[in-house]
Amino acid sequence: MEQLLLLIFIPLAGALITAFAGKSAKIVSTVFSVASLGLALFIALNFIPDASTQFEVNLPWIADLGIHFHAGIDGISMLVVLLTNLLIPIIILSSYRHDYHNPAAFYGLILFMQAGLLIVFTAMDAFLFYIGWEAALIPIYFICAFWGGKDRVRINMKFFVYTIAGSLFMLMGIIYLYLQNPAHNFEINAFYALSLDSEQQGWIFWAFFIAFAIKMPVFPFHTWQPDTYTAAPTQGTMLLSGIMLKMGIYGVIRWLLPIVPTGVQDWATLAMVLSIIGIVYASLIAFTQKDAKRLVAYSSIAHVGLIAAGIFALNQQGMQGAMVQMLSHGINVVGLFFVLDIIFSRVETNKIEELGGIAKAAPQLAITFLIILLGTVALPGTNGFIGEFLLLMGVYNYGIWAAAIAGLTIIFGAVYMLRMYQNIMLGKTNELTITFTDIQGSEKLVLYIICALIILLGVYPKPLLHLTEASVQQLLEQVNQKLISVK
Amino acid sequence: MNIIITISITAFIVLYAGLFKANKALLPITIVGLLTALGFTIGAWNGNAIHFGMMQTDNFALAFSGVCIIGTLLIFLLTQNYFHAKSDNIAEYYTLILFALAGMIMMVSYKNMAMLFVGLEIMSVSLYILAGIRKKDFASNEASLKYFLMGAFSTGFLLFGITLIYGATGSFDLDKIQTYLVDNSRAISPIFYPGVILMMIGLCFKVGAAPFHFWTPDVYEGSPSLITTFMSTVVKTAGFAAFLRLFSDAFAPLHDFWVTPLIVIVCITLFIGNVTALFQKNFKRMLAYSSISHAGYLLFSLVVIGANSQNSVLVYAAAYTFASIIAFAVLILVKQKTGSDSFESFNGLGKKNPLVALSLTIAMLSLAGIPLTAGFIGKYLMFLNVMGEYHTFLVGFAILNALVGFYYYFKVIVAVWFKEGAEAELATPNQYKIVLAVSVAITLILGIYPTIILNLI
Repeated sequence: MEQLLLLIFIPLAGALITAFAGKSAKIVSTVFSVASLGLALFIALNFIPDASTQFEVNLPWIADLGIHFHAGIDGISMLVVLLTNLLIPIIILSSYRHDYHNPAAFYGLILFMQAGLLIVFTAMDAFLFYIGWEAALIPIYFICAFWGGKDRVRINMKFFVYTIAGSLFMLMGIIYLYLQNPAHNFEINAFYALSLDSEQQGWIFWAFFIAFAIKMPVFPFHTWQPDTYTAAPTQGTMLLSGIMLKMGIYGVIRWLLPIVPTGVQDWATLAMVLSIIGIVYASLIAFTQKDAKRLVAYSSIAHVGLIAAGIFALNQQGMQGAMVQMLSHGINVVGLFFVLDIIFSRVETNKIEELGGIAKAAPQLAITFLIILLGTVALPGTNGFIGEFLLLMGVYNYGIWAAAIAGLTIIFGAVYMLRMYQNIMLGKTNELTITFTDIQGSEKLVLYIICALIILLGVYPKPLLHLTEASVQQLLEQVNQKLISVK
Repeated sequence: MNIIITISITAFIVLYAGLFKANKALLPITIVGLLTALGFTIGAWNGNAIHFGMMQTDNFALAFSGVCIIGTLLIFLLTQNYFHAKSDNIAEYYTLILFALAGMIMMVSYKNMAMLFVGLEIMSVSLYILAGIRKKDFASNEASLKYFLMGAFSTGFLLFGITLIYGATGSFDLDKIQTYLVDNSRAISPIFYPGVILMMIGLCFKVGAAPFHFWTPDVYEGSPSLITTFMSTVVKTAGFAAFLRLFSDAFAPLHDFWVTPLIVIVCITLFIGNVTALFQKNFKRMLAYSSISHAGYLLFSLVVIGANSQNSVLVYAAAYTFASIIAFAVLILVKQKTGSDSFESFNGLGKKNPLVALSLTIAMLSLAGIPLTAGFIGKYLMFLNVMGEYHTFLVGFAILNALVGFYYYFKVIVAVWFKEGAEAELATPNQYKIVLAVSVAITLILGIYPTIILNLI
């Protein structure tokens, strides 16, 4: 149990120390993020991939109100915990070329956010989950609004009010469940055991679903996302797209499905339709984007739409696919945003039509970019393939038409992504890109790590699938049992 | 009893010290006096003594006395460099604040409605003078006159209510009133009902709940900032304690009767407070309107009277008091530097004074109700309380209002961190540093580990 406490408190301590580290904040935060990665790997190696909850911590916190610091790791948590601890050092490394003003605050906030995310991904107490949920939001708001680009204040206010609106209704839902719970605590297992009638479940479903849907984001709750991604500093975009949107997906799997299965079942068709509309809609908009960063932002909505569809299909394949794709999407999208950041740092633009022919000047960038891109469009042999394949299979088992439409993402994605690659990297070199210098130093390191992960997970995804399999199976059994018992 | 005596004696000593122009000694004497009073407060804990049937120093009274005394203490620390610039007669300020505090102690510990009235008047009369203490300032005069007229008016309501209730029950004593209500639950005298409503109106005036709030923005804006701090924090807390003592105790058997008008008042208060605060361009006025909205959240505690309502109010009032003290302390500093209290004058504070800006940010987060600050725990307890009887729509309405609140509190954060300002660094006197540090510490401790205060009463 000490390991899990340590895992949460390393970034927290790191945040405090970094905040006072002044100019050396970059190094200090790297040390702490690598340390927590090491610990996360240690935990993963000692993790037994069955359905049980391991490394459990349960300490009284506000015991009078039934609130406990209760956290633990099962297969589903393990995956997102790994993702978080893997991406944070990469994100910090990716910032090495930048000299953000006030680095102590910048890196301190990243680590603080990491602590919040880890709480979200391991919490087994609904109140603790909520605290982590907000504790991850505040730092990202400040990162985006302080170091972001044009119009950042207005855009981030929208983002903030949007997400907090969702989470306040979730809080209301949590309070309701707490009051329903005869033991008067926020224990996840007590919430699982509640028997609510289908009307209650419907209300709770919406209270939670809106919060998660805004975070992911699922159509039509996505309107904050493209602007926020575009205006945020690159590291902010990476945090948002790589890790933060997984909070929404994780929330659905961990809290929404098992607590209100009937509510989910009643509304699954709607959620499915929304997810699929999101896929098609975001893909179509991605086609018309002139700014590469916006294009990736919309493609992210499409990918998340598919993940959501896989989850609401409520079967093993869809759920497993969602798990793998969470990790893959996190790695790929961080890679894509990093490549765009490298391009932006050289030529000060991400407008697709102003670029061209970079591949000639920067062959290494061209190759790594291509690998990441292929991972994103789910070419077999890359990490994206296995996830999307399972997701589509899950959706197919739900309904052929849904799968047919959702399957369009793969085609659409390939088209707009490859077209973007073609226009940016290939073709004629223009006066802007002629002086383009290839990747070097920390850029190389980050891109190599990402490419290695993409290929490795693509070729040998088994340990990953094995990690989550038992937990996912148990979760679905639990849901199905509850559904049967209600009938 | 000792608490009131100590505070009153301190007030007199300060007055005489002022007479002999011992201006340097005023603050130390006051602080020693208040610390002694605080000591008596802690000493009387769990004593539950009844003094001459007029006052009862139960834990409820003592806890609120404690919050009021600590709040006043912090406000006194903010006087460094403040009065010297404004007035020669500093001793009067000190004395009047102390007298007001003595009145508040009565308001939080009365057992007899006569004491409620006496306490309220001691406090109010001191405040009328304090609001207008800048004799040559037009706004200050206006504030004082408005406050006096409105205050006198509301006292009228209160007295009328007390009279009717006396007429119905034959007693001023809270316990006897409650016994009357329980014993005659089928035949309560018809004049009792208007009495309750009139008292409710009178107290709503005092705590600035809508639609009886019209005096607050002007009075808060016109009064000297330090007095505004006092009025919007400590005075408000005492007002709520008085409100709660009456309604959650004596009038509790009639809950079904007065809860409907109360819910209406809560909704109007939340709506008006938040929506009007949204459109303010002036920081001080924004705080004034936001204080109206906080009155709305505090009244939540009366909608459902449970075992924990009193504690919830204590947590909320403490959270609100300390966050507001930070906000006003920074406001005073900014105003001394720039001469204005608009949002623009906060621009770029984060670059010049990062620690002051950080304190202000934490205060705003607490007022907005973001987790890990005291304000969140306060709001959470209020929501929990009302959800307990499934007033779902009321909670939903409050959540929508909280969202509006995020918007205007974040306007301050935006100005402080994300906007460029031209002014030079603020000079932060040491006492201000102490006040900011103490208030931030309390805000965070209550936010992260509220267990220490949750079972106090």
